[in-house]
Amino acid sequence: MEFDQHKPIYLQIADAICERILTGAWPEGERIPSVRECGVALEVNPNTVARSYDELSTEGVIHNKRGIGYFVSPGAKGIIRDKQRNGFITGDLKEVFRKMEILGISIDEVTSLYRQYISKTSDQ
Amino acid sequence: MENNDPIIRIDHLKFNYRKHIVFEDLSLEMEPGRIYGLLGENGVGKTTLLRIIIGLLRTKSGKCTVLGSDSASRNPMMLQDMYLVPELFFAPPISVKHFAASNSILYPHWDSAQFERLCQTFEVSTSHRFDKLSHGQQKKALIAFALALNTKVLLMDEPSNGLDIPSKTTLRRVISECATEDRVIVISTHQVRDLENLIDPIIILDRSGLVINASIQQISSKLTFTSSQTLDQEAYWSESTLNGYYQVVPNREGLDSRVNLEALFNAALRNKEAFKTMFNGK
Repeated sequence: MEFDQHKPIYLQIADAICERILTGAWPEGERIPSVRECGVALEVNPNTVARSYDELSTEGVIHNKRGIGYFVSPGAKGIIRDKQRNGFITGDLKEVFRKMEILGISIDEVTSLYRQYISKTSDQ
Repeated sequence: MENNDPIIRIDHLKFNYRKHIVFEDLSLEMEPGRIYGLLGENGVGKTTLLRIIIGLLRTKSGKCTVLGSDSASRNPMMLQDMYLVPELFFAPPISVKHFAASNSILYPHWDSAQFERLCQTFEVSTSHRFDKLSHGQQKKALIAFALALNTKVLLMDEPSNGLDIPSKTTLRRVISECATEDRVIVISTHQVRDLENLIDPIIILDRSGLVINASIQQISSKLTFTSSQTLDQEAYWSESTLNGYYQVVPNREGLDSRVNLEALFNAALRNKEAFKTMFNGK
């Protein structure tokens, strides 16, 4: 399994789980693979997966039913979206601003490109 | 409740081969439920340490306790709950199945169905003669045997050596699957990339003893592994990249980064004393 070089593995696994919940591959209320199954599939230490599951449990995305396993919590999608919005604003957008500065791209240019993009996608 | 009492305790261990001193004063503990990665340069004594733990070598002074017994005592109760997969071993002129049946009788937690399953996963035929298999196939057969013994202590010396690329993937999967909470697995390796994401905690040895014994979480809380355009004055280790440097620096912002084992190893060897102080306080 290939992972990104910079982000800790446990967070990359958590991200991948969130992605599956957002796309509906793992619906709210349904059981997800066990820590061990996930560890085997990803070829990683089970304790690393356990850390990802702990993190997502704390955030309220998944929850543990003792003796049965982990389930996607009701409202998980909303929690993930809020988190990703924050990530976009503090991460991706910051990087875009940095590149705009280096390349001398003004906010007006970006605004007009954004308007074009929106009108194109709403036409479809 | 989980019991996290260390299974292996090494206390002020001294060991030498005649005049060649291997360990002057080595102390470390290993807990169940973990897959320890044992790293160190050639000749620092990784194999020697595994042989001391398993009771094949006796300490000159200091103690090595495994499952509550002195490992040099070779107490049968302890021996039936530990196994070492050596880097090199003798493959007998009998079938793999026969080998497994006759050697597993000493181990009460042996699971023959699990062994068959593991051999299938590794694509090793148990009806073949052990000594007629290729080196890689022999190694996989022995690893499958070792995992199916279900001992509380499992030591593996360079298990990925000699395995082809798909077998290395299988190796990571089966070790992850077999790493249960009551078991300690210790893997010595030079091929950190083969086992990256699997080994945690990391033990790094050098000629004076232990440099670090820390979990990935502890390591990433103290150190940041990062790419940057400028060289950090406090970098423990750095290498040039296409657009700057990849470096290991103190974790000043409390941010989590991915621990790169090769970079960690290089950083540890260049900053032994700093790393000992950083990680020995826990």
